[in-house]
Amino acid sequence: MTTRVNEAGDVSRPSLKASSPRYGEKLIKAFLFVCAGLSVLVTTAIVISLLVPTVDFFTEVSITEFLFGTEWRPGRGTQTSYGVLPIVVGTLNITLIALVVAIPVGLLSAFYLSEYANPRLRKIVKPVLEVLAGIPTVAIGLFALYFLKPFFADLLPWVDLDGLFSQGVAGIAVGLMIVPLVASVAEDAMRAVPPGLREGAYALGATKLRVSLKVVFPAAISGIVAACVLAASRAIGETMVVLIAAGASPKLIGPWEFGESVLTMTAYIGRTATGDIATGTITYKTIFAVGALLFVMTLIMNLISIRLVRRFREVYE
Amino acid sequence: MTAESRNPARGLDLASTPASDLKLPGPGSPVLSCRDVSVYYGKFRAVTDVNLSFGANEITAMIGPSGCGKSTVLRSLNRMNDLVPGARVEGLIGYHGVDLYGKDVDVIEVRRRIGMVFQKPNPFPSSIYNNIAYGPRVTGMHVDDMDDLVEQALTRAALWDEVKNKLHKSAFALSGGQQQRLCIARALATNPEVILMDEPCSALDPIATQKIEDLMLDLAREFTIVIVTHNMQQAARVSQRTAFFTTVADEHGERTGRLVEFDTTEKIFSTPSDERTEAYITGRFG
Repeated sequence: MTTRVNEAGDVSRPSLKASSPRYGEKLIKAFLFVCAGLSVLVTTAIVISLLVPTVDFFTEVSITEFLFGTEWRPGRGTQTSYGVLPIVVGTLNITLIALVVAIPVGLLSAFYLSEYANPRLRKIVKPVLEVLAGIPTVAIGLFALYFLKPFFADLLPWVDLDGLFSQGVAGIAVGLMIVPLVASVAEDAMRAVPPGLREGAYALGATKLRVSLKVVFPAAISGIVAACVLAASRAIGETMVVLIAAGASPKLIGPWEFGESVLTMTAYIGRTATGDIATGTITYKTIFAVGALLFVMTLIMNLISIRLVRRFREVYE
Repeated sequence: MTAESRNPARGLDLASTPASDLKLPGPGSPVLSCRDVSVYYGKFRAVTDVNLSFGANEITAMIGPSGCGKSTVLRSLNRMNDLVPGARVEGLIGYHGVDLYGKDVDVIEVRRRIGMVFQKPNPFPSSIYNNIAYGPRVTGMHVDDMDDLVEQALTRAALWDEVKNKLHKSAFALSGGQQQRLCIARALATNPEVILMDEPCSALDPIATQKIEDLMLDLAREFTIVIVTHNMQQAARVSQRTAFFTTVADEHGERTGRLVEFDTTEKIFSTPSDERTEAYITGRFG
């Protein structure tokens, strides 16, 4: 080790202190922290604004009646009843029908784009798919009401589709709406599978179908699960399409009753929160209670999906 | 230049022409042979006019600097290049006298007989057992006892003792060297005749490399092995014949790979006939 000696002959040590206080760096860091904190704050505010009227609501209606009651007749009259089950079932029916359409179609499109389509075709189809995902949901609702409904009435003459609204048609419309989402997310997951894995399978004499199903699919499973859960969240939260095409009759029916009209949680909130309800009334509080329940439902679903994705990762990575 | 004159081998009936009459360098009765083989990726000619053959139960090494086309030749031996858009093979590649790129040749059948091991170990995202069983399952092989077949393949790849208690654990839990031996076992499970190895040890440490080399020498009793390697000592240690490739400028001034010399490994590493070979193996070039 060499020691530096300055002109005066003192033995000096090198200075390792910062040459400037670097305020800019600290400022940027503080700014980024505020931005990140803001989104957390806003989310918290939303939850609180949902919870306060909800708590208020439960001082007037018991939780048991709300969660397990089978009659949904909110409002002023004398026959009021706040059993939320019919509109929860309506939401679940629409979601189920939508997923039955969106998951197979979306995953098969993803397989096609990722494994079968030539690169030139993929370059065209993928952006088109992403544009489709951006069609306003109001337009999809109108498409369901004025095109899909008469189309299915002709296609399935044995199904009773006399009414204007149908949970089947609305569910299929929501499903078609989220196909691009499923296809796009799943395709990204499949493309991310290392090409070496595919080569290994092809080198063993596997056909394209075998490579897709037995190698690409399991390797991309966590992304595919994520795509399905994302699709379910979109379907549960979808408002406009069901508001237009599913009707407004809160009924406890199975998803197989194609031509029946149902009321979903989102559609109830959408048609009730129109601006002419007085704040503080029971109806006003009801929409917040339903909103809070919707929030809890999607929260549970997201938690399940996080666990699922993690479990598959553990197996495969 | 017409396609015909550039490609004189096309149309030659390999089946009726004795191997000795083809005047290919190499062993007398080859399993695989290349005659005037050029491989293109789009307009780029990666390798030009390769003539060589691969003998049964021999290990043939292909060496040369990066970009010389040795991997390209290897990948055209089981038609893996079919997966690359724009790839095209000219000339004739024969497998026991059958044109590998002939009209009614099924690429799946080709790859079942000519297996491959890759540079980077690429086990499937599944259990050790399923990795081995994958090939027999997808090729519809008739298997009486899959457990037995898995054990045999793993034993032949010298991996059985290390994994027999965790057959149903994820293949990703194995070390890099074990994964590569698993990939070799996977290739053995479909009972191929030829195993192509594309730099199988370049991602491994010296101890794992030695295990794979021992394994190769073992396997050569049953299989025909072609190995591409950057490691000249490895070629010298394991192979009976060595092909040296390098990059040259063709008649249009474009870079392309060419086979410089093909001979017994002993000859290549002691008294090569081409000075470029000598320069490469003594480390003065490449």
